[in-house]
Amino acid sequence: MIPSPLLAIRNLTVEFATRRGTVTAVKAIDIDVGKGETVAIVGESGSGKSVTSYALMRILDRAGRIASGSMIFSGLELARMPETEMRNLRGRELSMIFQNPRAALNPIRKIGHQIEDVLRQHALVGATQAQQKAIEALANVRIARPEERYHAYPFELSGGMCQRVVIALALACRPQLLIADEPTTGLDVTTQKAVMDLVSELTRERAMSSILITHDLGLAAAYADRVVVMEKGDVVETADANTIFRTPLHAYTRKLMRATPRPGCQLRDLLPEETISPVPSPVANQPSKQQHAPILRVENLIKEYPKAKSAGGLLSLLGGKSEEPFRAVNAISFCVGRGESVGLVGESGCGKSTTSLMVTRLIDATSGRIEFDGTDLTQIPARQFAASPFRARIQMVFQDPTDSLNPRFTAARAIADPLLRFPRLKPGESIRQRCEKLAGQVGLPLDLLDRFPHQLSGGQKARVGIARAIALEPDLIILDEPTAALDVSVQAIVLNLLQDLKQKLGMSYLFVSHDLHVVGLMCDRLIVMRGGEIVEQGNSADILANPRHEYTQALIAAIPAPPASR
Amino acid sequence: MLRLIGARLLTTIPSIIGVIIVTFLLTRVLPGDTAAYFAGPTASPKAIAEIRSKLGLDQPLPQQFASYVAALVKGDLGQSLTTGQPVTRDIAARLPASAELTLCGLLLAMSVALPLGVLAAVRQGSWIDHLCRIIATAGVSLPVFFTGLLLVFVFYFILGWSPAPLGRLDVFLSEPPRVTGFLLIDTLLAGDFPAFRAAIAQLILPAVTLGIFSLAPITRMTRASMLAVLGADFVRTARASGLSSGKVIGVYAFRNAMLPVVTTLGMVFSFLLGANVLVEKVFAWPGIGSYAVEALIASDYAPIQGFVLTMAVMYVMLNLLIDLLYGFIDPRVRLEG
Amino acid sequence: MSESSGVQPALRVRQQAPSSPGLWTHGVHIIAENPVTGLAFGLFTLIVFAALFGPMIAPFDPLASNTAEALKGPTRVHWFGTDQLGRDIFSRVLVATRLDFTIAIASVALVFFLGGLAGVTAGYFGGWVDKLVGRIADTIMAFPLFVLAMGIVAALGNSVTNIIIATAIINFPLYARVARAEANVRREAGFVQAARLAGNSEWRLLLTQIVPNIMPIMAVQMSLTMGYAILNAAGLSFIGLGVRPPTPEWGIMVAEGASFIVSGEWWIAFFPGLALMIAVFCFNLLGDGVRDLIDPQRRT
Repeated sequence: MIPSPLLAIRNLTVEFATRRGTVTAVKAIDIDVGKGETVAIVGESGSGKSVTSYALMRILDRAGRIASGSMIFSGLELARMPETEMRNLRGRELSMIFQNPRAALNPIRKIGHQIEDVLRQHALVGATQAQQKAIEALANVRIARPEERYHAYPFELSGGMCQRVVIALALACRPQLLIADEPTTGLDVTTQKAVMDLVSELTRERAMSSILITHDLGLAAAYADRVVVMEKGDVVETADANTIFRTPLHAYTRKLMRATPRPGCQLRDLLPEETISPVPSPVANQPSKQQHAPILRVENLIKEYPKAKSAGGLLSLLGGKSEEPFRAVNAISFCVGRGESVGLVGESGCGKSTTSLMVTRLIDATSGRIEFDGTDLTQIPARQFAASPFRARIQMVFQDPTDSLNPRFTAARAIADPLLRFPRLKPGESIRQRCEKLAGQVGLPLDLLDRFPHQLSGGQKARVGIARAIALEPDLIILDEPTAALDVSVQAIVLNLLQDLKQKLGMSYLFVSHDLHVVGLMCDRLIVMRGGEIVEQGNSADILANPRHEYTQALIAAIPAPPASR
Repeated sequence: MLRLIGARLLTTIPSIIGVIIVTFLLTRVLPGDTAAYFAGPTASPKAIAEIRSKLGLDQPLPQQFASYVAALVKGDLGQSLTTGQPVTRDIAARLPASAELTLCGLLLAMSVALPLGVLAAVRQGSWIDHLCRIIATAGVSLPVFFTGLLLVFVFYFILGWSPAPLGRLDVFLSEPPRVTGFLLIDTLLAGDFPAFRAAIAQLILPAVTLGIFSLAPITRMTRASMLAVLGADFVRTARASGLSSGKVIGVYAFRNAMLPVVTTLGMVFSFLLGANVLVEKVFAWPGIGSYAVEALIASDYAPIQGFVLTMAVMYVMLNLLIDLLYGFIDPRVRLEG
Repeated sequence: MSESSGVQPALRVRQQAPSSPGLWTHGVHIIAENPVTGLAFGLFTLIVFAALFGPMIAPFDPLASNTAEALKGPTRVHWFGTDQLGRDIFSRVLVATRLDFTIAIASVALVFFLGGLAGVTAGYFGGWVDKLVGRIADTIMAFPLFVLAMGIVAALGNSVTNIIIATAIINFPLYARVARAEANVRREAGFVQAARLAGNSEWRLLLTQIVPNIMPIMAVQMSLTMGYAILNAAGLSFIGLGVRPPTPEWGIMVAEGASFIVSGEWWIAFFPGLALMIAVFCFNLLGDGVRDLIDPQRRT
């Protein structure tokens, strides 16, 4: 038990009025937060974790309301407190930081003024010291040259820097409780670590309590004292952080734990216990020792983009300055062997997506060779590549399953699309039959084939995308963050599906991702990119165990991971 | 900021060139005989031939364009057959009347539309919101000339509150010495209060007509963008920091919501300058709109061409002002532009 | 695999397509939720009926003058009264429906086709087409639109066709820009990239992937601009452009009645003006309704 809880939530129920009637988003939950304690609320999308935090701050939108329950915060009942009193607490006693930090700041107000607004609201400063206090607040979150940054607008700062400003805003009045709602979503792993370390350091320094809301078990494990697991509006399990990862009690917690990629686990381990296929996975995770004959060989590949023209295009024309083009990919070379999976890893802007677009021949390279099965594909312009027989042999699975399906095509029509251009049917086989066979291969129930994308779940849409990609039995599939938009439990299933298909169909994968754990599970070899260049490549297991380049080391160190349980 | 103004000024150049080309084409690529149009319906063949050579219509198109531009640079828009005056002088004399009317209409509309739109968004679903939606839909459905006639019927014929819809000032009052051309200002400068009151009385109905017309789009846009901004993440942050609702709505939401509204103003001006023509006809307002309509009836082409050109140039300038205003509000444009 | 293990495709009976809310049910739902949209649909039917059968059911000849009956207010015989020539205003208003409706439909259809085509091509292919279309749209937008329409009709000549053309031209930028933006956004969308990988040519992509997805937005645009097209045409005839007397047309009838307002004969201008207003109001409501039906996210 917690000796003196700062916050005690009892029986909290939150309802939303929707067109289809009332929806209960949070169902009679209990949560305690002790003084100086960090509690993580973990759950997948739709679990009600964010709604809980909004209810706590009493900033639910118009449709939502606290139906019942109490929220006692240092002796005060928040659930029924009048709005004016509540306003005095917000920002002064309890504060919140959000995901997507750039959007969380007023785009047309200087960040210094935004901090001053909060300080003045809570009457902590007069007009004269406001600026100085605001600069102090910026300095406290380790922002260099705070006097200059005071005058900056959010668009002039990086995402990580914006999140620091949001933290400064939240901590300016020295609150007792900080709620962090997915504070690192959308940030790169290295920035993510810096931000989380800062938050935990500052809260510790000031003996504050905090609530960390996240979908990422690794993050919870690394930073929380206690973990609350939520599923569909219910709290299913609450336990000490160490205990919960070692001995999760609830079935859902166990499923979540298993599905989270972590060091030392195998791909099959991600699946829920009861559904693991009886057939032991074949050579899946042992990087095969024999040398693969290369199917793809990339040499000195370069992609340059002209610098974005500023609004005063005419002015710069008059000035006569010709700007240097921007090199998104700078002379990289690598190869992918037949039947091999190669991971392409890096943070946003490292050039991995540009590389994958060039290899799929959706965009032209500036220079360099892309040799596929002995032929240099750069000789065929991207615009004409659709007519080339090589088109059928290189396919791609896209990042966002929703965006990658035409909203006006049924699942069957989407899968059939490549077959209509390159009919590869067996004698006597109709396109429909082929689609059904493909659906069977990717585990898509046949009755879903006539549905439109908006009638399918994220996982089902991902299956449709995969079925489409394998329809032409390609030799090489580029997987562009295929699971980034999915919940972890769905990710586990999709990753296993991809692995099984590769074994069965003998394809090669180029797996593009920012997540080293996932890539480690899927791939035989790894390529680490940064700033358009390859900093390290080699055997996955070796790189993960002994990274040589310091950037790879930083990348690996930055990934929070739950302890390798069992 | 100076850089921004410079850049924006440069971007208006293609627009001005386009406008000049289009007005040139409108005059020269007529299906009928341009000279006959310019000469008017009663002119003799000899007069038409004279005009043709005077206008240079017997020369090749590029040369005609060159002389057209050369004349424009000198401020020469030709002669009006109806008034017998140079078109430039006519338009200059009548422009202030139109400008005064349009600006008053716009000010009226803004002073109602902005608070209404903001209130409707803040109290979404309340009666004021419903009122706002009705105004927004009904307002764009009203033919502006019809609104004007209804107002005249009610306030002049039935109630007798307003003077006869005939021009800017009662015929028995003498105009004040011309300083700005805006009667409301000139009468005050002259200290002539009866004339000031009479000018206001004449101005109210047409200005209200224009105001009702432009009320709808501004209200609609204010409400929509205010709603969008109120749902934005940074407003949530501001609320989560405990800022008062006055501060959240006034400083955080309103200024951001004004950005799309300012953009819409360009469209509103486009409608307003068009509607101006119709309103001037209804109220016999001696502006450039009714000047163009009179010329249309008389098939007097030079004034129409001058009118279209003047309106377009004014509109381009207004858009330039709007751009600058936008840059003034939004640092992203100001600092990166 | 988790879900498919044990499933034998051959034995599986194809189930019916899932019962998804179709467009029709959705439409009924929208009308039920928003009776105003229902009213607009009703009015629209009425207008179409008047446009089709107006001349047949009109009680009087809209052009026949009868000086004995001139300037009479609404009576049981002349529901909307008579004008200065003794013509029956009700018949004239009724008959005018066809002309006003035709102008609106024709100009919107014209600009839908031209603007849509130009915009989609510009947005999808970019390059010089994009620059050209953008430049044309910008030049048109540099004019106050009604003023440009005045100039065009004055130059091309006073006729109904030219009113249609002028109305189409001033709406061109709107259509071209919407189509351009939508095509441009979708050009790099995942599903278009996927179709590219499937070996479809660029033109095929445009026709099968882009255009069908833009159609609903363009349809919304069309219904939203119908009202504006009618207003614009009526405005032009109000100042004496396009339609000529004695042809019955709402704008010109209001113009004819305008001089009688100050002496109290309100009905001459009022009824045609009212008809115009109701028609535009109906189209605007309908436009909102169509938008709700097709594109619920854009509600304002």
